[in-house]
Amino acid sequence: MTTPATAELRKTALNSVHRRAGAKMVNFGGWDMPLEYSGILAEHEAVRMRAGLFDVSHMGEIEVRGSSALELVQWVSCNDAAKLVVGQAHYSGLMTNRGTFVDDLLVHKLSDTHYLLCVNAGNQDADFAHIVANNRTTAQVENAGPRYSQLAIQGPRAMEILQKLTPVALAAIRYYHFVFGKVDGVDCLIARTGYTGEDGFEIYFDPHFSEKLWNDLMHAGESAGLIPCGLGARNTLRMEAGMCLYGHEIDETTTPWEAGLGWICKMDKGAFLGSDVLAEQKKSGLTRKLVGFEMLDKRIGRDGYPVSIAGCEAGRVTSGGPAPFLKKNVGMAYVPPASGAIGTDIEIGIRGQLAAARIIALPFYKRPH
Amino acid sequence: MYPAGYRYTKEHEWVSVEGAAGTIGITDYAQAELGDVVFVELPKVGTQLKAGQSLGTVESVKAVSEIFSPVSGEVTETNAVLSDSPEKINSDPHGAAWLVKIRLSDPKEVSNLMDSAAYQSYIAEKAKEH
Repeated sequence: MTTPATAELRKTALNSVHRRAGAKMVNFGGWDMPLEYSGILAEHEAVRMRAGLFDVSHMGEIEVRGSSALELVQWVSCNDAAKLVVGQAHYSGLMTNRGTFVDDLLVHKLSDTHYLLCVNAGNQDADFAHIVANNRTTAQVENAGPRYSQLAIQGPRAMEILQKLTPVALAAIRYYHFVFGKVDGVDCLIARTGYTGEDGFEIYFDPHFSEKLWNDLMHAGESAGLIPCGLGARNTLRMEAGMCLYGHEIDETTTPWEAGLGWICKMDKGAFLGSDVLAEQKKSGLTRKLVGFEMLDKRIGRDGYPVSIAGCEAGRVTSGGPAPFLKKNVGMAYVPPASGAIGTDIEIGIRGQLAAARIIALPFYKRPH
Repeated sequence: MYPAGYRYTKEHEWVSVEGAAGTIGITDYAQAELGDVVFVELPKVGTQLKAGQSLGTVESVKAVSEIFSPVSGEVTETNAVLSDSPEKINSDPHGAAWLVKIRLSDPKEVSNLMDSAAYQSYIAEKAKEH
């Protein structure tokens, strides 16, 4: 279940903190990461009701610099980075020339000539190689992951906790915007972003200060109910919020249209990698699309389980499991568009038996404010 | 922690036997490895099981774990409490959260299983791998 730590696994600067605290560790994309501390359900609940702190230093950072930085970012990603102002970030996809996902990422505009891309841990080296290989400009590309630690503090009380340690007026940072400022005396990029469906912040800083920031944030948040959280809760939180995970909902075979991510795919921005294929697919129509479902049966539809509609196998579950805050079992799956209307009764194949489920709207959870 | 009267498998099930009547559950080690248990699927009363055969599944938030019968026999009762309170497996795996009761067809099979001391050294070895 848990994977033994071996010499080959990469470690964040907080690895010994996690191990000393008794976190259950797991191999995630080649990284030795905390799966859970007090338990996935308790951590999930803390983030929905109070606050949770996640070490997400395994995430990769790629920096693009130079007078043609924007041109390169525009060429390799599907969202329109020309729309970003300095201090703004957006969600986007790193595209193959087939219009499918090499990765999903956050693009931060640091200046007119400098962009910071935050990418998935397991993909960072491939992403870097892909961007370099498709760079037709003079922009410089740096695989900057080792220069950053990243912490995510998420939940309705995240702001008040983080505010105790920074002079930056956090309430003035709008959603998907960021500023540079001190947290606990440490230089940080403070972004109002996250992967939980809650309000919160992700801070990027020199790994040297990781233990200090982790410990001081935990201390600052104690009275507000802040607890350390692992990747288990990160996954249930993002799934409940209907967010895609690379390798599950999106990969090198799926397009933004299929994944319901048309809102990050801007065809009017000019040509980019795969845009011709995407234009064609938009015109000719889709053969599958991502839908959300809830289990009607008590059993749990999980990743990889087959989906049948009207007695025919229609697709596979991409992510499935408990939605702890909603107190039901949910999942996402690719199905033929004609069969994927909300309210459609479907069945999930669970250990050789069919279990009733129903297609429902995504996201499953939306925060009430 | 691990009752002296129980016998244990390498797959982390326990069985407590009195005469031909056995009670089967999963160990504290197993529940800790699984994490928060959210669903349990058990066999019907009357099911004939062979030692080592799957008797059901225990699911945590993250994972599905198949449970193997430590002994052969017929299922005489399943623990109804677990359908509404599967989390009891986390809080009382060796007691209230037993999974099934079984009438052993061959009580001698029990001698193939580990006693408490042997199981505890077995999981101590496992823990070192982490």
